[in-house]
Amino acid sequence: MNKLFYIFIIFFFKFNFAYSLIEVNITRGNLNPLPIAVSPLHVDLQSDNYQDIKVKELGGLISAVIEKNFKSTGLFNPLNKDAFVQKPDIAHLKPRFEDWSLITAQALVTGKLLMKDDKLKVEFRLWDIAANKEMIALAFTTTPSNWRRVAHIISDKIYERLTGETGYFDTRIIYVSEAGPKTQRVKKLAIMDQDGENTKYLTLGNELVLTPRFSPSNQLVTYLSYFRNLPRVYLLDIETGIQEVVGNFPGMTFAPRFSPDGKKIIMSFAKDGNSDIYTMDLETRLVEKITEHSSIDTSPSFSPDGKYICFNSDRSGLQQIYTMKSDGTSVKRISFGNGIYGTPVWSPRGDLIAFTKVRAGKFYIGVMRSDGTGERLLTENFYQEAPSWSPNGRLLVFYRETKSGKDGKGFSAKLWSIDITGYNEKQLETETDASDPSWSSLLSK
Amino acid sequence: MKFNKKINNILIILISTLFLSACSTAKKTTGVSTSGDVYTGTDTVQYLASGVKDRVFFATNNSALTTASRDTLRKQADYLRKNKKLNVVLEGHADERGTREYNLALAEKRANVAKDYMMTYGISGKRISVISYGKEKPVNSASTPLAWSQNRRAVTVKVK
Repeated sequence: MNKLFYIFIIFFFKFNFAYSLIEVNITRGNLNPLPIAVSPLHVDLQSDNYQDIKVKELGGLISAVIEKNFKSTGLFNPLNKDAFVQKPDIAHLKPRFEDWSLITAQALVTGKLLMKDDKLKVEFRLWDIAANKEMIALAFTTTPSNWRRVAHIISDKIYERLTGETGYFDTRIIYVSEAGPKTQRVKKLAIMDQDGENTKYLTLGNELVLTPRFSPSNQLVTYLSYFRNLPRVYLLDIETGIQEVVGNFPGMTFAPRFSPDGKKIIMSFAKDGNSDIYTMDLETRLVEKITEHSSIDTSPSFSPDGKYICFNSDRSGLQQIYTMKSDGTSVKRISFGNGIYGTPVWSPRGDLIAFTKVRAGKFYIGVMRSDGTGERLLTENFYQEAPSWSPNGRLLVFYRETKSGKDGKGFSAKLWSIDITGYNEKQLETETDASDPSWSSLLSK
Repeated sequence: MKFNKKINNILIILISTLFLSACSTAKKTTGVSTSGDVYTGTDTVQYLASGVKDRVFFATNNSALTTASRDTLRKQADYLRKNKKLNVVLEGHADERGTREYNLALAEKRANVAKDYMMTYGISGKRISVISYGKEKPVNSASTPLAWSQNRRAVTVKVK
């Protein structure tokens, strides 16, 4: 993916981190969002085909994507453009800070773009209104069709500058698109930008597909397919479309994920009524048995350093979360609350494990520390499960199903996200019903 | 006195068994009944042959066979013994109230428990293949305890 997308980052001003006054406190959720003005990007008059509506409107489109990203975080409050008094090109050169402060803006984003020789050059600046200072200035050159990604990369840079955290806007989500009645659901692999745009379908829906997960490089996806009615773990190259079976064991393989170095796939293998956890080295095809227990062991997830694995097992009678070393030794139960616990996922920061909990007929998404302490339930619903971390470890995406009536009507499955503070719970826009989301890492690292 | 006490005890036992049996018969009279949370009715059930039900049902988060299930599987084994050329697939299913991956494993276990039971009645394992659908193929799409009990099942399907 990155091969197709060359970004030339030109630092034409020095960063001046030392002077920053604005700081967005990400632990407070949406209680006090920062007012930010995103000026439409000025389209340079020397652009090729300047009169072309597509070129003329691009500045406004890019700033709209940035605004939507900011709004979705709950941390920022993008201000209404009607109140903007300075023209985009002049603001980009030197904002009149008094004017922007009058409309309560604390931060201002300005920019301009030039379309020349089939290349799109975008520059932007972030200004601290109270301090009368420029905070970042960056420029990118890319192919015009990548304008959305430029908007996401700019959003990430601004988010990073204002929150001190890595961004997550230049990312994609792979999920299972669903349609049709509950008893005959048609499922396809689908991929979209984090903001719901650019949806593409990767399978046709001829066979049941479940639980896709990205490789760390975002190039490959591992998932479960019922191709020829044999449920097996598959690998799909997103660019070439080439699929291959990797879990071709004499039984069902399922619940696949990549190791953090991308070299192995960890999965469950069910045979004769017993599910255990295995790894397969993608290069040598060497298979290793990691757990050996008569209970159901599944939903494995590596710690980001690759040294540990969390998984769920019903060896105590009901589903609970366990951790172990990556060779299968030192197995330790970490979930001890009332109810059953499943789908543990290690946070990219390594400190937390997200999970699904079922108690008294309700489903919860929660987080706990990797030793099982500090359990916090973030959201309660009729049915929700399968959390997946945003690459910066700030958000979880999961899917939620509604209760259906006696005739099965009223059923839907949608993707939702929530901040690990428990704030800013919202539904993601998808073209169809959706489940089993998996968040990519940052596309431009 | 001793004799009287004995009679009293016997009476108590008799009365309590009467009550108990009254309970179980009352439950079985409807077409869509459950015992505990195992489905015992006949709705959604199909037949491999006359008198041979095609499926068995399970309790929540459980893969143990009930007495009724064992009876059904014995009849299926009997039918397979009489039809030597027939092979079957045991399809394992779970309800929608569990996490997807755990349900895949649980349904695989259910199908294998049914397969193992038939094998103890002399059916070769080679004639029975197993597939798990987890919660992916419910037979009743309602979100009710009754629908869930009908969906927690292992179904024996003839291979054509």
